[in-house]
Amino acid sequence: MKDTVKQIVEKYSKDKTRLMDILIETQEAFGFISSEAIEVMSVMLNMSKVDVEQTISFYHFFSTKPRGEYAIYLNDSAVAHMFGRQAVKEAFEKETGIRFGEVTPDGKIGLFNTACIGMNDQEPAAIINNKVFTRLTPYRVGEIIRCIRSGCKVDELINESYGDGKNQLPSLRAMVSSNIRRKGMILSDDYVYGTVTSEVLPKMSPEAVIAEIKHSHIRGRGGAGFPTGLKWEFCRRSKGEKHYVICNADEGEPGTFKDRVILTEKPELVFEGMAIAGYAIGGDEGILYLRYEYRYMKEYLEQVLDEMRNKNLLGKNIAGIEGFDFDIRIQFGAGAYVCGEESALLESLEGKRGEPRDKPPFPVEKGYLNQPTIINNVETFATAVRIVQNGGEWFTQFGTEDSTGTKILSISGDCMFPGVYEVNWGFNVNDMLNMVGAYDVQAVQVGGPSGTLIGPDEFNRTLGYSDLSTGGSMIVFGKQRNLLSDVVLNFMEFFIEESCGSCSTCRNMTQVMANKLKKILKGKGVVKDLEDLRSWSKVLQASRCGLGQTAGNPIISSLKNFRHLYEEFIQKEKDFDEGFDLVAAVQDSCKYVGRVPNFHHH
Amino acid sequence: MSKPVIATTSLAGCFGCHMSILDIDERILQLIELVEFNKSPVDDIKTFTKPVDIGIIEGGCCNSENVEVLKSFRKNCKILISLGECAIMGGLPALRNGIPIEECLHEAYIGGPTVGLNKMGIMPNDDELPMLLDKVYPCHEIVKIDYFLPGCPPRADLIWDALVALITGDPMKLPYEVVKFD
Ligand SMILES: Cc1cc2nc3c(=O)[nH]c(=O)nc-3n(C[C@H](O)[C@H](O)[C@H](O)COP(=O)(O)O)c2cc1C
Ligand code: SF4
Ligand code: SF4
Repeated sequence: MKDTVKQIVEKYSKDKTRLMDILIETQEAFGFISSEAIEVMSVMLNMSKVDVEQTISFYHFFSTKPRGEYAIYLNDSAVAHMFGRQAVKEAFEKETGIRFGEVTPDGKIGLFNTACIGMNDQEPAAIINNKVFTRLTPYRVGEIIRCIRSGCKVDELINESYGDGKNQLPSLRAMVSSNIRRKGMILSDDYVYGTVTSEVLPKMSPEAVIAEIKHSHIRGRGGAGFPTGLKWEFCRRSKGEKHYVICNADEGEPGTFKDRVILTEKPELVFEGMAIAGYAIGGDEGILYLRYEYRYMKEYLEQVLDEMRNKNLLGKNIAGIEGFDFDIRIQFGAGAYVCGEESALLESLEGKRGEPRDKPPFPVEKGYLNQPTIINNVETFATAVRIVQNGGEWFTQFGTEDSTGTKILSISGDCMFPGVYEVNWGFNVNDMLNMVGAYDVQAVQVGGPSGTLIGPDEFNRTLGYSDLSTGGSMIVFGKQRNLLSDVVLNFMEFFIEESCGSCSTCRNMTQVMANKLKKILKGKGVVKDLEDLRSWSKVLQASRCGLGQTAGNPIISSLKNFRHLYEEFIQKEKDFDEGFDLVAAVQDSCKYVGRVPNFHHH
Repeated sequence: MSKPVIATTSLAGCFGCHMSILDIDERILQLIELVEFNKSPVDDIKTFTKPVDIGIIEGGCCNSENVEVLKSFRKNCKILISLGECAIMGGLPALRNGIPIEECLHEAYIGGPTVGLNKMGIMPNDDELPMLLDKVYPCHEIVKIDYFLPGCPPRADLIWDALVALITGDPMKLPYEVVKFD
């Protein structure tokens, strides 16, 4: 074991900023990261053991205990539950004889829960040794476990039932479906990749590229909506030894999966966009930060990069432009939603815990390795290519005045055609519901758990930065769903699990609010509890990053738009109810010390 | 008008908050002028002897007796104040909340490094003892609390100002330096 770890550390030139890569490869080689391995790393990287350990403990996919020869991660998203996760979970437990969180005594199979893996349009889904298994049923679970027991390799478990589009390529062979249902400028097949790099860029200065991007008024597609042209301009102007281009493919917001589809079907467009950005800001290195859930794409994406190098779309003097050098490498996360936040992403890229940085300084001044860096979403880079191809003016004819261009939506939940839709900004929710075949809709979650939950009286609202802003996640809930217990509570638990814990607001208030919601659902709530939820949630605004700042939204927006659901549970006649159960609270301690609870003598 | 009556108690706390009450220094004489103390460690009255206006609670609830005392405060006091981090959030004692109660008891009476004398591994289980709760609860999860004074302990000035404001009905001054969260 020691030798293997040594080789891995050496492969990364004993560079401690590559600790994530080192840990990932060690975890994959042994199924866990032993204290021996940690020892080797800490000596070779010249860091203390706790520094290695604290990075390990931050990420869901790292473990210091064996996770089993076949580690099964079953998605825990609200939509997975809607489509039968409970039965699948029980089937896994029945077939293996263990509970979730455990490993079989022979060390063969481990069962674990995991947050949304970006497969909301094909749930319930699980990851087994980096391969994704979609649309699971109890029957299929039985098959999989029997197959594992008889010694099948993971690839054999897939039964050659690959998904659509490029998922069938030999380098991908994934069960995943792309489910593209509507194409626009990005997903369309009429662009031949490389055209802009080889035909347009040679005629344009970096400043001119930035000017076109600014003129297009495109805003970042990752959710926050910062003007992309400005970001590139700030970065170009910042002084540094090196400038970096980073593509944010962390895609952790539950219900989003469009970046997976773009990277599956149009990876060249994204990489070309990164190279164009490199040209614009004067950087020669790009990194795709890809969530570990999409590890199955590694080989495929690396082949694409190789192909682009062969065509001189990456590498040195690209497209014959003297001094235009740019290359891209892929670096993986290891399971942490907060790493999608750009400064946490940088920390993670540098091999550390993914805790957001204080801002300022912003990444455009001090980003990766303290150098000027732009971080953009997958879709933003892909869109930039079409802008530079056709000009900023052309781009503004799509969408609305304040939200130009198209947006790729990930639509899932109770509808006939879940999948990916590229629409012009300005689309309204009713049109969207008709398009996806959703009837009898109770609510739509716009923008994922950190966004808003809206009801039918708001379905005439439009998608755009001035009205319903969204990173692209749209989850439809039919009338049969129990919004509070099945959706809102699931979202709150997601934030509790994913908070990095730096800010006491985000670490605590999420718990406090979820507890209050549980109390209300138990029928112990009073009107004051609703008031408390509303007013207490305000302290979350003081949190350092967007995770904490939006972590109260599931409750706040459902309380605003679906207050009647809360009121059904509220006791009208009481103005206070503690919801405390003394008999239950003393049960365990009395049992352990061996006494009969007695409530009458003090 | 008769003087407002005050009661205080320490539940799962360290008495630090009570020390902070005493920390109002010579103003304690003024306080005695302004109010009358009933059940409280300050004057050692053990049981409520009359209706109380303001009850001040230090500490959260870690056992059944805390719950009982807190409920009796709620019954006998018009206004209840959670004083300090322990009362408001559970505080230091609540560090045990993430650990199963069995493990806590085992560590305290059998496994811990300082339990050498308990050779027979006896668990305290006399019927007279309070029963431990599964976790430490903040007071407002047991009874209705009217006001919260944060700090560990809250500054004496904060306690003083709050009492004066409650008694006189004047709005409370909350200068930045006075409010501390730890
Ligand atoms: C908790 C959290 C998670 C985020 N996750 C992502 C993500 O997965 N992908 C993404 O592009 N942006 C994500 N963002 C937004 C990024 O911080 C950043 O704004 C974005 O990557 C910038 O790119 P853009 O301007 O092209 O949108 C997240 C933000 C927060 C606060
Ligand atoms: S808001 Fe939450 S996730 Fe963000 S830095 Fe603070 S604790 Fe971490
Ligand atoms: S809040 Fe601080 S001072 Fe007050 S009882 Fe708790 S630990 Fe002691």
